[in-house]
Amino acid sequence: MSAIDAPVPTPADVLARADALREQLHARFRDETVKSIYAEAERVARRAVHAKGGVRRDLDRQIDRLVTSPIFGLPIMAGVLTVVFWLTIKGANIPSAMIATALFWVEDRASILSASLGTPWWITGFVWHGVWRGLAWVVSVMLPPMMIFFPLFTVLEDLGYLPRVAFNLDFLFKRAGAHGKQALTMAMGFGCNAAGVIATRVINSPRERLIAILTNNFVPCNGRFPTLIMLATVFVAAAFPPAFASVAAAAAVVGVVIIGVIVTLAVSWALSRTILKGEASVFTLELPSYRRPNIARILYTSLIDRTVFILWRAMLTAAPAGALIWVLGNIHAGGASLATHAANALDPAGRLIGLDGVILLAYVIAIPANEIVVPTMLMVYMGAGIMTDVQSFSALRTLLIDQHGWTLLTAVNLMLFSLLHNPCATTIVTIYRETLSLKWATVGALMPLGLAFIVTFLTASIVRLLM
Amino acid sequence: MPHNCDACPAHAQHARIGGGIEGYERIVAVAGNPNTGKSTLFNALTGLKQHTGNWPGKTMTRAEGWFEFRGARYKLVDLPGAYSLLSGSQDEEIARDFILFGRPDCTIVVVDATALERNLNLVLQVLEITDRVVVAVNLMDEARRKGLEIDTRTLSRDLGVPAVPITARTGEGVRALLEAMDGVVSEAVHTQPLRVQGTPAFQLAVAELAPLIEAAAPGVPNARWLAIRLLDGDAAVQGALLSGDLARLVARQQGPVEKFSRKIAVEGAL
Repeated sequence: MSAIDAPVPTPADVLARADALREQLHARFRDETVKSIYAEAERVARRAVHAKGGVRRDLDRQIDRLVTSPIFGLPIMAGVLTVVFWLTIKGANIPSAMIATALFWVEDRASILSASLGTPWWITGFVWHGVWRGLAWVVSVMLPPMMIFFPLFTVLEDLGYLPRVAFNLDFLFKRAGAHGKQALTMAMGFGCNAAGVIATRVINSPRERLIAILTNNFVPCNGRFPTLIMLATVFVAAAFPPAFASVAAAAAVVGVVIIGVIVTLAVSWALSRTILKGEASVFTLELPSYRRPNIARILYTSLIDRTVFILWRAMLTAAPAGALIWVLGNIHAGGASLATHAANALDPAGRLIGLDGVILLAYVIAIPANEIVVPTMLMVYMGAGIMTDVQSFSALRTLLIDQHGWTLLTAVNLMLFSLLHNPCATTIVTIYRETLSLKWATVGALMPLGLAFIVTFLTASIVRLLM
Repeated sequence: MPHNCDACPAHAQHARIGGGIEGYERIVAVAGNPNTGKSTLFNALTGLKQHTGNWPGKTMTRAEGWFEFRGARYKLVDLPGAYSLLSGSQDEEIARDFILFGRPDCTIVVVDATALERNLNLVLQVLEITDRVVVAVNLMDEARRKGLEIDTRTLSRDLGVPAVPITARTGEGVRALLEAMDGVVSEAVHTQPLRVQGTPAFQLAVAELAPLIEAAAPGVPNARWLAIRLLDGDAAVQGALLSGDLARLVARQQGPVEKFSRKIAVEGAL
């Protein structure tokens, strides 16, 4: 180390020098740098790109003008959604009944065979009426709608329609004090809320990102769509003449989706006025050009990535849930099963919000995955050992209305509850991982639950007053 | 029945894990705007030879894949889609840090042929950081359908790095892309990246600052770019310089993919 050399600058020296140099520069040199990059990009692109004809480009623009128009944009969106749900509801009925018939036939035979081999009754019950029935329900209720809904949804995604949806909703989110990109993460939430929560990483501002995370749950995910579709089919459709039944059911599901979007906006607005105060930031949303959907990829994404993945997850939770319900239904204390005790204990709270104890019990058992709410509920209703074959939507209707006193209010409130209630365990864990805060994970879980109780309590009270 | 292991594409990789063949592999990053077919290209090149982990210090997924070309092994790293490298979003920061500190042997920037102008903004910003760049002009089939002709020769000349027309979906042009990549990696192709010249005062400031950075933090990958960021007041770069973490950032980006770790997620980026 010779003392003659110039002293090595310390990092602090470098920073100080950088600050000094910045002072000397033109105040807006940063803007100028960005501007010169843009100018350079434009110059290079102009030299390299030659347009001839350009018919397609005009077509793209015209379509965009229509689907993102201030007047037609939102109605077109609602229309597209209605068609998707209508196709799903219309198409899923028959395969659903067929799968249910087949799987419950297996349960029937297997339990008889098992009993004839001298297996103790409780093993037969646990395995076949517990675990197997849980799985059979999940598969027959969820698989057909998913196999129709997911490919259709993926086509919309692949076409490039979702960014247009975001574009249409952008101004609403800004007005709610949230980030416009929240429209995109909300759209992701229709697929899976956990994925939607992860997608909020595209939002730079922590405040707006937190709003997007906390409200993502208010759009129904793919796990909850089958529940909504089933309820709409069983109750709403039945209230209409057969010719309009499936359209009415589809419209009901779209209605729930629209309520979900409205609640998302309202809660975002409330959050940005209270605990997450601030102004909405500005951003540029890119509308990618329309692509011809790739059939192979659509089938892969929708059937392997989504259908199989969600079904697998549902089965993993349905099997233990089925077993748990069987145990609760078959262990008796004081003349009634544990399930009955639990349902009775929850009943007053359930009645208050237009539901009943069994439904609340089902929601408690189904916390790990929303997919199994309806199967759980039906298993508790059908109780221990009573072999009620629910092989079609009309049989389901008979069971719920005639035997358990459901009304249209029950169905409507159940749809609302399932739209608004707490996110599934996976989503709650994801919220924790993304925020690394127990506080926000708790808020993310309890705020929707509280809202679900308040809203269903209000609708139930209004109906009671009117009746 | 004889096993024909040598013909199996998985063989080379297994052999390497066993340590049989020399371990060196070339690292290639794939960057690009969202929706440009970046992942399609990544999948087309690596097939099933993929591996996912986390970006250093982030909870975000990082996909890596392997392939061979002309007897050399390549590790391909799929960077998050980004429109620019200047804003602070997590995706852009990850892409920027890897190109800068991960020191890939080549960065393939995938651009959308139907929206070249917008995509070139990212290309120009990548060229600020590294001169080992190949531009993959993707979605050529769509551009043709839209009646757009892309003169990739002029584009190459203007940008000073190879620009190759491809259609990742069908595999068209991918071989030419790999040849260009090989040329850049082996330095058979000499690149002269187009660098956006700021105002004279700005250039003088950069020219003064860059040597200071090199002296203060020997071995940093691109002092010129760091100088620009410091003049811009980039807090991440300032912090890294102050804490002497620039070197650690380099080591970390070049290290193997880390498994998800809560501790890392809590600590954040640095």
